[in-house]
Amino acid sequence: MMHAYVEGVGLYGPGLDGWARSAPVLAESENYALGPDILPASTLLPANERRRAPKMVKLALAVGAEAFASARRDPAGIAVVFASSGGDGETIHDILDTLASPQRELSPTKFHNSVHNAAAGYWGIATGSTAATTSLCCHDDSFAAGLLEVMAQITATGQPVALVAYDVPYPPPLSAARPIGAVFGTGLVLSPVATPASFAHVPVRPPRPLQGSRRCGNPRRRRAACRCWRRSRKAWRRR
Amino acid sequence: MTALALSNFTLVTCLGAGRAATLAALRAGRSGLAPCRFDALPLDAYTGEVTGLATHELAGEWAKFDCRNNRIAAQALALDGFAASVAAAKARYGATRIGVFVGTSTSGILQTETAYRERDAAGWLPSGFDYAHTHNTYSLGRFVRGYLGLSGPAFAVSTACAATSKVFASAARMIAAGLCDAAIVGGVDTLCATTLFGFHALGVMAAGPCRPFDAARNGISIGEAAGFALIERPGPRLDPETVLLLGIGESSDAYHMSSPHPEGAGAARAMELALADAGLAPEEIDYINLHGTATLAGDAAEDCAIASLFGGAVPCSSSKGFTGHTLGASGIVGAVVGGLALQHGFMPGSPHTGRVDPEFRSNYLLEGRPAHINRVLSNTFGFGGVNCSLVLGRAA
Repeated sequence: MMHAYVEGVGLYGPGLDGWARSAPVLAESENYALGPDILPASTLLPANERRRAPKMVKLALAVGAEAFASARRDPAGIAVVFASSGGDGETIHDILDTLASPQRELSPTKFHNSVHNAAAGYWGIATGSTAATTSLCCHDDSFAAGLLEVMAQITATGQPVALVAYDVPYPPPLSAARPIGAVFGTGLVLSPVATPASFAHVPVRPPRPLQGSRRCGNPRRRRAACRCWRRSRKAWRRR
Repeated sequence: MTALALSNFTLVTCLGAGRAATLAALRAGRSGLAPCRFDALPLDAYTGEVTGLATHELAGEWAKFDCRNNRIAAQALALDGFAASVAAAKARYGATRIGVFVGTSTSGILQTETAYRERDAAGWLPSGFDYAHTHNTYSLGRFVRGYLGLSGPAFAVSTACAATSKVFASAARMIAAGLCDAAIVGGVDTLCATTLFGFHALGVMAAGPCRPFDAARNGISIGEAAGFALIERPGPRLDPETVLLLGIGESSDAYHMSSPHPEGAGAARAMELALADAGLAPEEIDYINLHGTATLAGDAAEDCAIASLFGGAVPCSSSKGFTGHTLGASGIVGAVVGGLALQHGFMPGSPHTGRVDPEFRSNYLLEGRPAHINRVLSNTFGFGGVNCSLVLGRAA
């Protein structure tokens, strides 16, 4: 079993402006009200970088910063996993639109902002953290994939790791091919052990090795053994 | 880290398809770079283009994945007995216990570039365009996982030019954490207008073939590649030529989005961490496959980092003069070049590099030469200041 403990949360979505204000809404002790889509201004970035950073980067930095602030941890030195289902839609649209035009002259800033790990790059510049970051994608399962990567990192290193997951709707015409409902981002600072700041426990049970398969070698039996292992060890022994 | 075995690996680049073709070109010092013919783009540049992809159309149940990036992936998976090695691993561990961690920077964006040119009068994309199975970054991971019939954990890592080195780190952690027993790592990047015009806009494209570490270097040549490795815990009876993954180091520059730290501080840190992870001292490395993309700033920073750790002792070279800069795939290209060097006892040279920058202090190899080597370090550095170094070694 792998374990992690949640020390801090960052959150931004429609009507969900920050974790502190959103928690009562999510717990249904307050009514949900759709709010305007105004990203919190990130104070992390220097002014010139703030101007150049696309919306998706600002979102990732905002929820990441909130998660670290609520965990009362300095981001410098803590590994971060960034998960999103694609790069910044507006940047990618601008590039594709330009490439379809006769000139095809791209903006160098837009080009470097188009990479999937743009948020991770700006995060390092903003926080001064030289710790490793990973930026990954698993389409609609990007949050889950990011959490799995975080759990593996925490288990392998015994150090706290943060997860920042975010997506921003694409402009037309990409929006028709890839509909994303709303701007949404969340940040989690996770620790391998319970700490005074932690308030939730994340247990993850890895799938068991298919030990039964080596005995019978029959792929059909192997699948049955897998289900059996999942059901209970006792049931397997009875077989 | 606990060493992992690269039970099999394969590569497709402009040097050819598979390990034997790659090895022959590396040994002969034969570059695969040629004047850019890709898509008739008006660019005065050289590229490392993989030929014949037009005929490798994905059909049947894989047709929805059809794009240049996945075509070259399918080509690579069919080479060097790779699919058979994966099938054997599947029989050993079960499909759910084999992960797929692949890297790419632009995935199938070429498909969307074409679709944008074919927009209708109202500006919408053609009806057949399938974003999820082509352009999306995870398209490659979904394709490789399905094509090999695997069902373990999977995702795509997209950390620009360090993507296919970082996948080794993710896979090693997943295996260490018990989430899988083996993993397919590697990845693909293919030529597209986004990167060709993007690097052109940054002013870092060489007019001729790229000349890594040359005094007169003037930028990169973009290449394309697909490469994969099957990694797992080493079995009890290892062939002495088995390539082992011994250590991984990852760091961030925290400096600039597209320029490296001038003294290569982040690069040096990644190399230090990789050595520490492998439990090796710098003098135990026999050869370094450099990131060496042939930009003015990038090569200078890497030389600085190498000199700070290794002085001028360890022979090193960049293989970008052979393959071009394969961007997100450069990590797996470096790993395969390193693996072949370990197995076949040679150190590759650096075609197109004439005179090493006199300011540089590292021991740069212009010509390849035979040499029995036991440990290789391979570097990749990318946009966003992401750095990753791998240490590979021979089993005996």
